[in-house]
Amino acid sequence: MQVHKYDVVIVGAGGAGMRAAIESGQRARTAVLTKLYPTRSHTGAAQGGMCAALANVEEDNWEWHTFDTIKGGDYLVDQDAAEVMAKEAIDAVLDLEKMGLPFNRTPEGRIDQRRFGGHTRDHGKAPVRRSCYAADRTGHMILQTLYQNCVKHNVEFYNEFYVLDLLMVDEEVDGELNRRVAGVVAYDLASGELHVFQAKSVVFATGGSGKVFKTTSNAHTLTGDGMGIAYRRGIPLEDMEFFQFHPTGLAGLGILLSEAARGEGGILRNADGERFMERYAPTIKDLAPRDIVARSMANEVREGRGAGPNKDYVLLDLTHLEPEHIDAKLPDITEFARTYLGVEPYNEPVPVFPTAHYNMGGIPTNISAEVLQTNESTIPGLYAAGEVACVSVHGSNRLGTNSLLDINVFGKRAGIAAAEYSQTAEFVDLPEDPESYTATLLDAVRGSEGTERVGAIRKELQETMDTNVQVFRTADTLKKAVGDIDALKERYMRITVQDKGKRYNLDLLEAVELGILLDLARVTTAAALHRKESRGGHYREDFPDRDDENFMEHSMAYLDPAATEADVPGIRLATKPVEFTRYKPMERKY
Amino acid sequence: MPTETKDESAEPASKVELPDSVAGSGEIPSFDITLRVRRYLPEFYDEAYWDDFQVTMYGTDRVLDALHKVKWEMDGSVSFRRSCAHGVCGSDAMRINGHNRLACKVLLKDLNTSKPITVEPIKGLPVEKDLIVDMEPFFQSYREIMPFLMNESAPPSKERLQSAEERERFDDTTKCILCAACTSSCPVFWTDGQYFGPAAIVNAHRFIFDSRDDAGDMRLEVLNDKEGVWRCRTTFNCTDACPRGIQVTKAISEVKQAILSRKV
Ligand SMILES: Cc1cc2nc3c(=O)[nH]c(=O)nc-3n(C[C@H](O)[C@H](O)[C@H](O)COP(=O)(O)OP(=O)(O)OC[C@H]3O[C@@H](n4cnc5c(N)ncnc54)[C@H](O)[C@@H]3O)c2cc1C
Ligand code: SF4
Ligand code: FES
Repeated sequence: MQVHKYDVVIVGAGGAGMRAAIESGQRARTAVLTKLYPTRSHTGAAQGGMCAALANVEEDNWEWHTFDTIKGGDYLVDQDAAEVMAKEAIDAVLDLEKMGLPFNRTPEGRIDQRRFGGHTRDHGKAPVRRSCYAADRTGHMILQTLYQNCVKHNVEFYNEFYVLDLLMVDEEVDGELNRRVAGVVAYDLASGELHVFQAKSVVFATGGSGKVFKTTSNAHTLTGDGMGIAYRRGIPLEDMEFFQFHPTGLAGLGILLSEAARGEGGILRNADGERFMERYAPTIKDLAPRDIVARSMANEVREGRGAGPNKDYVLLDLTHLEPEHIDAKLPDITEFARTYLGVEPYNEPVPVFPTAHYNMGGIPTNISAEVLQTNESTIPGLYAAGEVACVSVHGSNRLGTNSLLDINVFGKRAGIAAAEYSQTAEFVDLPEDPESYTATLLDAVRGSEGTERVGAIRKELQETMDTNVQVFRTADTLKKAVGDIDALKERYMRITVQDKGKRYNLDLLEAVELGILLDLARVTTAAALHRKESRGGHYREDFPDRDDENFMEHSMAYLDPAATEADVPGIRLATKPVEFTRYKPMERKY
Repeated sequence: MPTETKDESAEPASKVELPDSVAGSGEIPSFDITLRVRRYLPEFYDEAYWDDFQVTMYGTDRVLDALHKVKWEMDGSVSFRRSCAHGVCGSDAMRINGHNRLACKVLLKDLNTSKPITVEPIKGLPVEKDLIVDMEPFFQSYREIMPFLMNESAPPSKERLQSAEERERFDDTTKCILCAACTSSCPVFWTDGQYFGPAAIVNAHRFIFDSRDDAGDMRLEVLNDKEGVWRCRTTFNCTDACPRGIQVTKAISEVKQAILSRKV
């Protein structure tokens, strides 16, 4: 086992992690640990854009952006955080431009801006052009630009290092026990060795957890590791019941077809060829908000009007559009449909179904990216940013383009805060045998002599989540999911890992990741059971309305073996008040 | 017969007739394939060898799906990198039937499934295990061309201006996902690992032709080196290999031109 010592350790090298590293690396001795090569991170898959009220093409201001964010999140957004994000958005975009990001330009040579769902002028009066973009590859350009600047600043990367544990110690301060960060434990994929990183500050930026579901736009590697590690160490997870399902994933694959498909005139049809959105949203039809469209699609399939051999998808019809128009505006969509389904969108409709897209919940932080231990207290030295975190700027439903913004604004804040903290703080002594927890975990997985296959358990987990915890939820489906998850957890104790080697043992790591997925699926389901209302991305058929009286609050799920909740033992569910500044809850109508 | 133009201002029909093939009947076609994987497990065997797997695959499954099926259902030790599964992260470049491709972008039904489908690691980089190679030499070349914007003038308070035409000039080379398919398909790179390789030159091109960048001459100097652009023999393997459709060979010749016209 090797021990390293850094002022700041950043876990994850997607947009949030690298934005943090650029700040921290210039202020303190910093290491970035990442299970993927930085440029493989899923930030690179983002297509649409990043919003900021630059007002380059029409009147706009950050206060309108704040309002849209809060309304889009169905008022579960912490308003102080939304204000910070919308205000700092402008510098976040300009920072990226100065770092070299090749934004599309206006005729005057300024950064061009375009419309995106839910972004409006003057509190909903009309759509506004707020999204800064680089063709349909905005996320790719952000990821590349940040990596380029990390190279420029000589940021130290440990590539293909899987962080598996967070080290914390309890310190007595004025007679009270306080938790402080001591470092992390990582597994080096190439050698199979464990490394301990002692650090004054640790920043978690490990991204989302879409692989809890079967149909998802997320990468195979998005297994929610940061959330799982924090949760196992007693840190609560906030708002995990809120997952965004994007309406147009390629059927069976989940690969995202951007919202632009419908913006440019595409419409949805069922197996009967019927434009069914006319029934669900008679005025705005196919352009209704993401959650409404996703539910309508799922309902068509549920009621037997799905298309295809298994009647399990609907159709995105672009055939009434001119091929030149499709080529000019929707090149990605046509390419994905042709490559992966062999469908020619000019003259055939494209099979689509809602796809699990974005986790609004995660590790709770305040606006300085400090991780909360309880509603009132933080853990000195511990930070989180990006999709792994819940600030909460997205509330119960994220607006398109606000995540690329989130990772830049709060990634930067986290990097600065972590570096500054490390300049005043002392190293905390490592606990005795710092790697013992991780070594035990790996030995248990590796040594397990069972016959159960990781791939089979993961598939069943994802299937039960898609069936029971997707766009429609009821107490019954959620309880069914808990039962399934618990049975799978039991089988997980008897898995077998076939690869017995030390080098590049991805078989072993997939097993570890599955353990995390099982934990997170259980938290999501428990929180969804607890929230007996419908809001944003969370829809309970047995409680179809928003209930501000009882549920205008964040959920906080703690791992607690002593918790004896009737439905989901072992998880203690608490709540946290929503921060209000100046916006009173209204009905979310578009 | 004159082609009908479509009237886009009209509301699309509320209901259309769909052919049965679309509306849903029939079955998803399935087919059996042999996946022939180049294995290298240095902890257990000194030599690399071929391993055949028979798998049943469906409809639009890709080579990556077949590899997953083998790993998840037959032999967990089969090792390869992958992440996004739709051609944007650059993890899974490999030699498929002798051509460098991303496993997540090759549909099995587009290959000849009556013969074994061979899958090998990309060439010219040290093999670590099965399909996994050491990417460090590749990224080293990338770093050497200084892949970041350099501009010493005082930054403006807002953005630097750039016209749409100036932006368009280097658009093609901004698409690179650093998958190494091009570099590891290049015969010059196979015989001389010191050669920068197409990917590094593509990324240099991205900055050399960016109107905001001041360091073009420095980069051209680097690429004028004996391991630089002049080693390129214009074989076009790289352009064929690039999963992003980048005109790699064209980018390299533009850099050659720039050296000739700008350098003293
Ligand atoms: C298809 C798609 C399109 C999207 N389009 C948009 C859009 O147009 N606009 C928008 O605003 N948002 C969009 N989003 C959402 C947005 O892209 C993501 O939420 C955001 O990029 C997440 O960034 P991140 O830095 O938090 O995580 P990621 O980019 O996912 O990075 C996670 C990092 O953590 C590392 N990591 C994970 N686990 C470990 C571990 N155990 N040890 C060490 N390292 C670890 C990984 O190696 C990786 O480097 C889109 C998302 C998808 C999937
Ligand atoms: S130029 Fe194309 S083939 Fe080469 S590394 Fe970039 S994306 Fe891959
Ligand atoms: S898995 Fe990302 S490019 Fe193939």
